[in-house]
Amino acid sequence: MADRKEWEPKIVAFCCNWCSYGGADTAGMGRFQQPASVRVVRVMCSGRIDPLHVFNAFLEGADAVLVTGCHLGDCHYVNGNYKTEVRYQFLEELMIEMGLEPERLHLSWISASEGEKFASFVNKVTTEVKKLGPSPLKPEGVN
Amino acid sequence: MDQEEIIKDTKDADEPRIGVFICECGVNIGGVVNCQDVADYAGTLPNVVSSAVNKYACSDSGQSEIKKAIEENDLNRILVAACTPKTHEPIFRACVEEAGINPYLFEFVNIREHCSWIHMKEQEKATKKAQDLVRMGVFRSAQLDPLQSNEVPVTDKALVIGAGVAGMQTALDIADMGYKVYLVEKNPSIGGKMAQLDKTFPTNDCSICILGPKMVEVARNKNIELMTYSEIDEVDGYVGNFNVKVRHKARHVDLGTCTGCGLCVDKCPVEVPNVEFNEGIGTRKAIYVPFPQAVPLRAVVDRSVCIDCGACVKACNSKSIDLDQEDSISEIEVGVIVVTAGFDVYDPEPTNDYGYGLYDNVITGMELERLINASGPTMGKLVRPSDVKTPKRVGFIQCVGSRDKKSNRYCSSFCCMYALKDAQLIKEKYPDSEVYIMYMDLRTPFRNYEEFYDRARDMGIKFIRGKPGSVTEKDNGDMVVRVEDTLTTEVIDLDLDLLVLSVGAVSSESNERIRQILKVSRAADGFMMEAHPKLKPVDTTLDGIFIGGVSQGPKDIPYSVSQGSACAARATRYLSQGKAITEGITVDVNDDLCVRCGMCITMCPFQALSLEDDKVNVIKALCKGCGTCSVACPTSALEQSHFKNDQLLAQVRNVFTFEE
Repeated sequence: MADRKEWEPKIVAFCCNWCSYGGADTAGMGRFQQPASVRVVRVMCSGRIDPLHVFNAFLEGADAVLVTGCHLGDCHYVNGNYKTEVRYQFLEELMIEMGLEPERLHLSWISASEGEKFASFVNKVTTEVKKLGPSPLKPEGVN
Repeated sequence: MDQEEIIKDTKDADEPRIGVFICECGVNIGGVVNCQDVADYAGTLPNVVSSAVNKYACSDSGQSEIKKAIEENDLNRILVAACTPKTHEPIFRACVEEAGINPYLFEFVNIREHCSWIHMKEQEKATKKAQDLVRMGVFRSAQLDPLQSNEVPVTDKALVIGAGVAGMQTALDIADMGYKVYLVEKNPSIGGKMAQLDKTFPTNDCSICILGPKMVEVARNKNIELMTYSEIDEVDGYVGNFNVKVRHKARHVDLGTCTGCGLCVDKCPVEVPNVEFNEGIGTRKAIYVPFPQAVPLRAVVDRSVCIDCGACVKACNSKSIDLDQEDSISEIEVGVIVVTAGFDVYDPEPTNDYGYGLYDNVITGMELERLINASGPTMGKLVRPSDVKTPKRVGFIQCVGSRDKKSNRYCSSFCCMYALKDAQLIKEKYPDSEVYIMYMDLRTPFRNYEEFYDRARDMGIKFIRGKPGSVTEKDNGDMVVRVEDTLTTEVIDLDLDLLVLSVGAVSSESNERIRQILKVSRAADGFMMEAHPKLKPVDTTLDGIFIGGVSQGPKDIPYSVSQGSACAARATRYLSQGKAITEGITVDVNDDLCVRCGMCITMCPFQALSLEDDKVNVIKALCKGCGTCSVACPTSALEQSHFKNDQLLAQVRNVFTFEE
């Protein structure tokens, strides 16, 4: 395994098309520098984020997973993010069952204009996960 | 070849043959990410037949290269790694479609906003990340299915929300192009904020004199159906086919028979401050005509203060008053919606900025506007609130509620100009008065604005570059403003009779309410967000919904009018074509896997799913393709096209690689 100091975690971020994906775009447009840890998977609505996708990310080797969407009340599909919130609570409980630290799973509502928020969210989570080290579920040899 | 044949053709293709293009976007991507390395890497991935670097993939030559590669290598899927799909996906989808590939077999990977621009100093890591992102995309690409976008008819009517100067312009332009327009205004009269102003910069012509005729034109236009004192309750549907519920608030006066004579107003015994039009200066009755030039020039009853005496009912010759009237709802169908719901002026009262709300003689720019207006509560005589005397020394403080980290960071753009205008008007009316403007920077772009500033200086208006530190009140009601002139570093105690705060614009409550109903994105400043800051300034990310005027952000009258016209032009494209293309992304049910539990039906906010004849039925026209229902399906019988589990998991699984 790479040296802890050099080690860059791999974080899977699920972003909804309308808000948080746009927030990540806005972060880019504003050149808000971030660690190269996040890989974005775009879905139309955060309500499409299946716990199955999140488990798969962890099983494949994710050091953290970010679930992101529109602010409550701003969902492009009326109330998809409320469903996300319910499913997220379920995921939070399962983190413990899976033997993972709760700090490896995060939920954030980020609007398309909140580039700075997206960047600081990525910075914060990356720093936290770097302290935790690689995920205990990460298969050996995987990066 | 028609769509169905294309779908069939691509489905029958044996193996995915993917072409990968890595865009350098000049130095935007190429300056950070080693694009050749990424292209070489992509060439090693399964199903990738060709991979190349483009200087600018979206340019004409870049698109030609893509089409050429499709033909030469018999490609049936294309992946472009470039900027954001939110702006460029339609361009590439159209490009591959021209070359005979179904547009949904195009995969977009973002290596600019999500990579090169955010890792500018980590070239190696950025290149590695770009490779990861391309790998994720290649595996997803191999899983994609061809889809068909839907063509929907467009109702040839428009809805314009908000009848200020921008909305009026939009309505008139659309109506003149021959389409029916519903113009909805929450206030009893159209006109918006501009109707309250005295003069307008940089020409100092009377505001209502140029607005009034336009208001009349709106009322007379046969294609415009005016709905004043009405609000939007609900909007559903999609581009071309919006269903809107408009609530007509009880006006208690029959618009058809009322003549606006004002006899009822004379008899009404209830007087309350005129908050609606005169910023609380002076009074109005419980039944009132909004202002002399109101359109429609009809009375309205404020039942919240009415005492039910019935004096107005008795006074009315045309029997137009009905105190028991209730709100009514009408449902309208429109093809496009334009929002020009405007703004509120910043309210300095809650935070008592510069003593506003504590001292009588600190007023806002809008209050001054009413005080110097010839048809205002003082008939244009400038007086100060504490003793109703004409002030001799007037000071303006700029950037109140703007360019301030404590309130709003943005510049409201018009306050410099209105302060210059009001200062000139005071100086013209009362040549002996002293007028001071305290500013951080004066911003006067656009034609004749800088000259307007010069004119103010020539008139003897004094400019002090500094933000005041404190404002105190003397026993006689005079104000003392302590300000450092930062050009001379001198600290001045300025004695003033009247202090005017040049307050900025904030997104209004009704603007926010409509934003939430329509689900338009919110910008960081609270106003509505446009689809692209430069190329689509009045579009939203939602097809068929447009924003103009101050709904989108603070702007002055000429700019608002331009945007009003721009909205009309953009919106009418749909109306004149009579059709719109909607996304082909919806959900599909696999009847063999479906156990008819009905979980999905409760998830759908659009009533697109129903259980009929022991089968889950999807109404494609109602399905908006969010995919929320597919997560709830316990047997994975419901799949969201283009975002199927296999397609998403192909991405998730390929974030990671085995390291040797």
